[in-house]
Amino acid sequence: MSKDLHERSLRELAAGLAAGEFSSLELTEHFLARIRAHDGELNTFITVCEETARDQARAADERIRKGEAGPLTGIPLAHKDIFCTQGVKTSCGSFMLDNFVSPYDATVVEKLAGAGMVMLGKTNMDEFAMGSSNETSHYGPVRNPWDTERVPGGSSGGSAAAVAARLTPAATGTDTGGSIRQPAALCGVTGLKPTYGRVSRWGMIAFASSLDQAGPMARSAEDCARLLAAMAGFDPKDSTSVERPVDDYPGALDRPLEGLKLGLVEEFFDEGLDAEVAAAVETALNELKRLGAEVVEVSLPHSRYSVPAYYVVAPAECSSNLARYDGVRFGHRCEDPKDLEDLYKRSRAEGFGAEVKRRILIGTYALSAGYYDAYYLKAQKVRRIIADDFRRAFEQVDLLVGPASPEVAFELGAKADDPVAMYLSDIYTIAVNLAGLPALSMPAPKVRGLPTGLQLIGDYFDEARLLNAAHQLQKVTDWHLQRPQGY
Amino acid sequence: MTLRRDEVAKIAHLARLAVEPEALEPLRDELAGILRLVEQMDELDTDDILPMAHPLDMNQRLRPDEVTEENRREAYQAVAPLVENGLYLVPKVIE
Repeated sequence: MSKDLHERSLRELAAGLAAGEFSSLELTEHFLARIRAHDGELNTFITVCEETARDQARAADERIRKGEAGPLTGIPLAHKDIFCTQGVKTSCGSFMLDNFVSPYDATVVEKLAGAGMVMLGKTNMDEFAMGSSNETSHYGPVRNPWDTERVPGGSSGGSAAAVAARLTPAATGTDTGGSIRQPAALCGVTGLKPTYGRVSRWGMIAFASSLDQAGPMARSAEDCARLLAAMAGFDPKDSTSVERPVDDYPGALDRPLEGLKLGLVEEFFDEGLDAEVAAAVETALNELKRLGAEVVEVSLPHSRYSVPAYYVVAPAECSSNLARYDGVRFGHRCEDPKDLEDLYKRSRAEGFGAEVKRRILIGTYALSAGYYDAYYLKAQKVRRIIADDFRRAFEQVDLLVGPASPEVAFELGAKADDPVAMYLSDIYTIAVNLAGLPALSMPAPKVRGLPTGLQLIGDYFDEARLLNAAHQLQKVTDWHLQRPQGY
Repeated sequence: MTLRRDEVAKIAHLARLAVEPEALEPLRDELAGILRLVEQMDELDTDDILPMAHPLDMNQRLRPDEVTEENRREAYQAVAPLVENGLYLVPKVIE
């Protein structure tokens, strides 16, 4: 029997479509059926778009028949519900936007649709991307397919779990402090956060604008390379989009790793790291060495200040960005407001969940008169120190390596009542966002039957090298091919 | 750093978030916990450091002064809670 459709790579799917082995409509029906069968338990989707998916699949089949297909034409994917999708509910995981049907498409959505991809639906996420477990979603937690009593990580938890459970071949995510890499690690998939400015933020609901970046999540680095090739590029609609040609990511995958210099980040192997996760990361590193990479220890001496600095910068930007939810132009509005202030205050109090409110309040405090220097300005200075650490490290090595998460997936509810413990889940990912660098998480060996993530961090705009190293490792290992039982 | 109850109430007002009086106390504890984490920054001497507002050294791009957007008022107002004759309706502001 030939390989199941949901076990095939994007390259294999494109070949099957081109050869007429199956149609995009058949492929789409296959994944829609898997979503119907499994998503009741996992809760990875907020919205499933059966009808529009079929329409897009038929259009893709037409393109393929006419010989106008690209490498992604006819392949299904899921978008994190943070991306605006015209005519489709875009909730951002929040009751505030439960009634919001976007009047336009995000650039990422437009680009992937233009490449002929079929949107299966919108994935569950932490509310406004604020969370590391997917438990802050208004639509209920996502369950990790490796153990449904555990979290998938967050905030792109729905995308990670849907890819891991083979409910979609690929998904989009966003990463403000680790929201692609940490769930990728906890669900055993590959996820890339590109350099800040590489992928357009237009139509991606803003959380912290100097940190937010969209990226691909899939089962392999090769799949991510194909997706990033379609997602990346200059967009005049995003004022921080970078005018710079997009590298040939798929074309760079096959370069040998001979002579690649990897820096093992000393500070990432601290007392907070689960010893078995550390061993899994070292196993993956040894494979990279066997492929010809050289590993040296490097130091990012100020990395432990990244979480404190982030919890000023991100909430400050969040409090400003989320000021737009005022109950006037879109989103939730309270009943019978007695005056304008009551309208604002009650609409926001009813529309936002507890974690979003905490961050708005912290950000408001940090930006308020008398506290700006002590918090916001201080955090911006610490941010510079952290970025300088990376700059010095990249004078010595090509890529940095370490774990993506200090532990495997934790149990639902384990940290839900302790915000600070939850924040520390992103201890190895946050510094990258402060600096604006690209990084990916890819599966390392399982620990106690659960996935772990190897994190690779690149210099600015060095996504091609990151994906190349990850692909070479995946060619000689099978951690990324293992699938959760029952899916 | 201790945060007073009335400070929490003030921040909530600045953020335009309604908070029930009985919620102020637990909220104060949560916020104080986050601020304790944040204040670890104080261990670092940052006197001569230039603040970093943004990851990339870039200037805001200028574009030609041309009309590029079409008027999509109806599409945007279709998702508004309350509109009339193309206007967003809110409670009376001026008596």
